Amino acid sequence: MNFLVFVKQVPDTETKIQIAGDGKSIVEEGVNFIVSPYDEIAIEEALLRKEALGGEITVVTMGPNRGEAALRTALAMGCDKAVHLEDDAFLGADSYATAKALAAVVKKYSPDLVFFGKQGVGTDNTQVGQMVAEMAGLGHIGMCVKLEIEGDKVRGEREIEGGRETIEVSLPAVVVAQKGLNEPRYPALRGIMQAKRKPIEKLTVADLGLSADEVGLAGSRTEFASLTLPPAREAGKKLEVEPEVAAKEIVAFLKNEAKAL
Amino acid sequence: MILVFAEQRDGILKKAAKEAVSEGKRLSSKLSVPVAAVVMGKGAAGAVDEVKNFGPDKVFLVESAPLDQYSADGFAEAMANVAKEQGATVILFPATTMGVDVAPRVAAKVKAGLVSDITGLEVADGKLLATKPVYSGKAIATVSFKSDIQMVTLRSNVFPLEENPSSPEVVTVDGSGISPMGIAVSTELKEGGKVELAEAAVVVSGGRGMKGPENFPLIEELAELLGGAVGASRAAVDAGWIDHSHQVGQTGKVVSPTVYIACGISGAIQHIAGMGSSKFIIAINKDEDAPIFNVASLGIVGDLFKVVPALTEELKNLN
Repeated sequence: MNFLVFVKQVPDTETKIQIAGDGKSIVEEGVNFIVSPYDEIAIEEALLRKEALGGEITVVTMGPNRGEAALRTALAMGCDKAVHLEDDAFLGADSYATAKALAAVVKKYSPDLVFFGKQGVGTDNTQVGQMVAEMAGLGHIGMCVKLEIEGDKVRGEREIEGGRETIEVSLPAVVVAQKGLNEPRYPALRGIMQAKRKPIEKLTVADLGLSADEVGLAGSRTEFASLTLPPAREAGKKLEVEPEVAAKEIVAFLKNEAKAL
Repeated sequence: MILVFAEQRDGILKKAAKEAVSEGKRLSSKLSVPVAAVVMGKGAAGAVDEVKNFGPDKVFLVESAPLDQYSADGFAEAMANVAKEQGATVILFPATTMGVDVAPRVAAKVKAGLVSDITGLEVADGKLLATKPVYSGKAIATVSFKSDIQMVTLRSNVFPLEENPSSPEVVTVDGSGISPMGIAVSTELKEGGKVELAEAAVVVSGGRGMKGPENFPLIEELAELLGGAVGASRAAVDAGWIDHSHQVGQTGKVVSPTVYIACGISGAIQHIAGMGSSKFIIAINKDEDAPIFNVASLGIVGDLFKVVPALTEELKNLN
């Protein structure tokens, strides 16, 4: 079985965000970039499936040159090959323009199963996996926390408000991974060494049979008009009192200020 | 036309759907275009009367057999069909698990820009400007649209419910030609009465200071007394004390309740990202230097194992 895993390189979740001079983006200097945590879950699921069923895993990212580090991490975890969509025309893409490019990759490689993380930590859009599924004409399982493959069918559980539902779809299909699906492994030293020798294929817009105005900023349907820091919260009262007094204070607060009682 | 996906399950309209229709109605007067609600799936007819309370000019009802079971692609096709036929320019979804699953497919079908999980919506020069937390709330983006069709999903608990009864025309739409690919083959709902974390007006969360799974009933009882939901920090989830579906923070759920009560949570940047937009924050922590106190509207420096039971007792005495 052939697997495709899409990953995004994002700022470490520890990052303290600073707004850049253009007022629309973040300061990247000094920021540590990592594989988006949900995408690690997607990689792990592909690895587990490959271990059980055999096949080959291709990991794909789109983005600037630094994205190669994300691919090396995925290769070190055990993916077989990597594809880097690296072309200035891809830059500045919103979810729509991203999905356009990634759907072209899906069509080019015709995988049996495609994995995404549920969102890139950062833009937090939760869109690209579903959009790619639509553009590539595939069914999907969104926010998947449990997966079963049986013949040419995949069944996945997803969390919904107040419970869970099981979605069934025929292969080829897209699975959008949510936390809980598995515990991603750490790359072992041997994996890291091997990753250095694994191939990374570079693809441009032309390689995907797309034109520059379909992708990147030009192909985007939305655009950041501005980026600001949220208003700082002011700390209120801080009390160090007996538990019973504290309890009375909290109840008074819930009643009078929060009006929650 | 403004089209609102009014999510329902078995004839019951979701609270987040009511918020979305209310916002659609407000937008309708700002843009001077009519607003329509779309209800679909099994039992949808039962939700029509309820949706009328929120002022739509029209209601589209899609209740065909292929949509009896939830399907992201099937529902998206039905929604996109209505949008294309009506020439919709704005499409609103609640940012529920269903809305988040269906909306991107609709956006791909109608070639629309989509902004997810928005917390504000304005109109400038006849176009929408959406406000959306990014980096889990560490920054706020204002997003504009370049596409003719503009789509957003609305964060729960942010856009006010507004009753505004109307007598809309109800149009039945045929969805029998749809053949879904991904289909919900079973649905398992937990025992009723539990309040959903993302929709809860009160969230009581436990962190590392809870010391173990055996102590979570303490905050469960408190949450129940306040009609709220139980949350947790990543530390508590990673320790296996509580299911990850309760996790609040950058790699968990982002919540914005009226009151967030943090018990034994130090307040790592990733946790604050997930709850920093709560209206009021109450923190109970032994460590007076815990960063959670920097964002707390009311901070209690003390032992949660004494303060929480005292609080529970106090609340019980009220009733």
